[in-house]
Amino acid sequence: MIDWGILLEKSILILAVVTISLVIAMYATWAERKIAAVIQDRRGPNRAGPFGLLQPVADGLKLFMKEEIIPNASSKFLFIAGPALAMITALMTSAVIPWGPSINLFGRDINLQIADINIGMLYVFGVVSLGVYGIMIGGWASNNKFSLLAAIRGASQMISYELAMGLALIALLMLTGSLRLSVIVSQQSEGMFNWNVMYQPLGFIIFFICALAECNRTPFDLPEAENELNFGYHQEYSSMKLGFYLFAEYINMFISGVVMSTLFFGGYDIPFVNEANWGNAWWVGLVGFGVLMTKALFFVFVFMWIRWTIPRFRYDQLMNLGWKSLIPLSLLNMVITAVVILLLNK
Amino acid sequence: MQTLTNRAKLVDRRPMTALERIYLWNILKGMIITFRHIFKKKATINYPEQKRSFSAVFRGVQILNRDEEGRERCTACGLCAVACPAEAITMEGAERLPTEEHLYREEKYAAKYEINMLRCIFCGLCEEACPKDAIYLSQTFAQANYSREGFIYKKEDLLIPHPKENPEAYAKALGERKAKNN
Repeated sequence: MIDWGILLEKSILILAVVTISLVIAMYATWAERKIAAVIQDRRGPNRAGPFGLLQPVADGLKLFMKEEIIPNASSKFLFIAGPALAMITALMTSAVIPWGPSINLFGRDINLQIADINIGMLYVFGVVSLGVYGIMIGGWASNNKFSLLAAIRGASQMISYELAMGLALIALLMLTGSLRLSVIVSQQSEGMFNWNVMYQPLGFIIFFICALAECNRTPFDLPEAENELNFGYHQEYSSMKLGFYLFAEYINMFISGVVMSTLFFGGYDIPFVNEANWGNAWWVGLVGFGVLMTKALFFVFVFMWIRWTIPRFRYDQLMNLGWKSLIPLSLLNMVITAVVILLLNK
Repeated sequence: MQTLTNRAKLVDRRPMTALERIYLWNILKGMIITFRHIFKKKATINYPEQKRSFSAVFRGVQILNRDEEGRERCTACGLCAVACPAEAITMEGAERLPTEEHLYREEKYAAKYEINMLRCIFCGLCEEACPKDAIYLSQTFAQANYSREGFIYKKEDLLIPHPKENPEAYAKALGERKAKNN
């Protein structure tokens, strides 16, 4: 007997999460332009709608109207698969995130998480490392030397920084003892001083830097280094396929903000408030979701803030930082965490 | 070393200190600087709604002047065309008929008067050359146009509005300019 209720519940949840991710990515493009403008003492988009809020709609419409060009020399299947893959992997990560505390609606306990799997963290890592295929396939299928160079850069950068990211997370997992994201969040739920960032500040900094590199954001946006590689791995792309690549970057940014707030900043936990005895009415779930969003969007803002502050690294500096600084640091962090846990007999 | 201005700064080529080597501290300092800029006054103005005022000596597009009764001042003497270093001005003179005394101030007038705005360098020598105060440079600039032909301004484009028939537009076109005596 199939439980139709759970099917419906999960379908609605998937639809909601994907829609919210897309809308947030859409408005992240607007926010990026606006933040860039105010940081540079300009005004930014303010013509389309109030405060230029309709700008992303106009941009999207423009991308749809553009001519779709598939280069003759490209391998067509992979050329189309590239942006699709980038988009899919960007959206897939959101499946294991606990978006809010479980709520009771129409007499059912509804878990605001699409899949509460016991290898949640590993799943996130698996999907994130798949993301490099979108760049690699797109760059290779374009049959353009600049695209290929950019794609190779992107791939090597992502692989290098994933290592340090993983090592930073091992120290975190020693503390939590579980890969299940809902467990990691509920462990942090008692006040602000239980947040993992309090125990793993160095781990968080390493994770944050690696997240910047994973999202190809400044100062690690070498795959898009305009002055060296023309436009980067999506140079041959046009119309909505280009839009998918640009969009996937913003979704990635949002999702990594969510992952960071889930792992290090207590997920949907409200600081200084004990919301555990609020019961499980629908609005508690909404409040929790709002809190998680606030945290995630703050990280998105920091990502943009960093982008408009510092220039990009040179390629050798990038590799030096990744292999010679971040990996030894995260190893050290791991060892210290292990020793402390052992000494305290936790 | 003697510097020309006191703004020159020598490049600091000392090796990086340990704090600078970590990058994070300096990046944070940079981020504080950019964060302050968020609240600064914006240098941009919202152009079509707000406009910057020109200086009093701004030399914009030419205007053919009329006298207080609305008669054209130009007598087609050609001094402006001779003075024009860019050779932008062309004109043809004609003799005023007895019935046209309310239209033209003197016996001769410009039947055709054209200024090519693509040639004009807005030097103002036509205004200086004019003995009749018939042409002057206004505070507006030539509008964008779709064709080269559109930039050749005819007499209709250049003439100031009639002071009697359209006094508001006349006052607006005149601006703060005072008519010279002659």
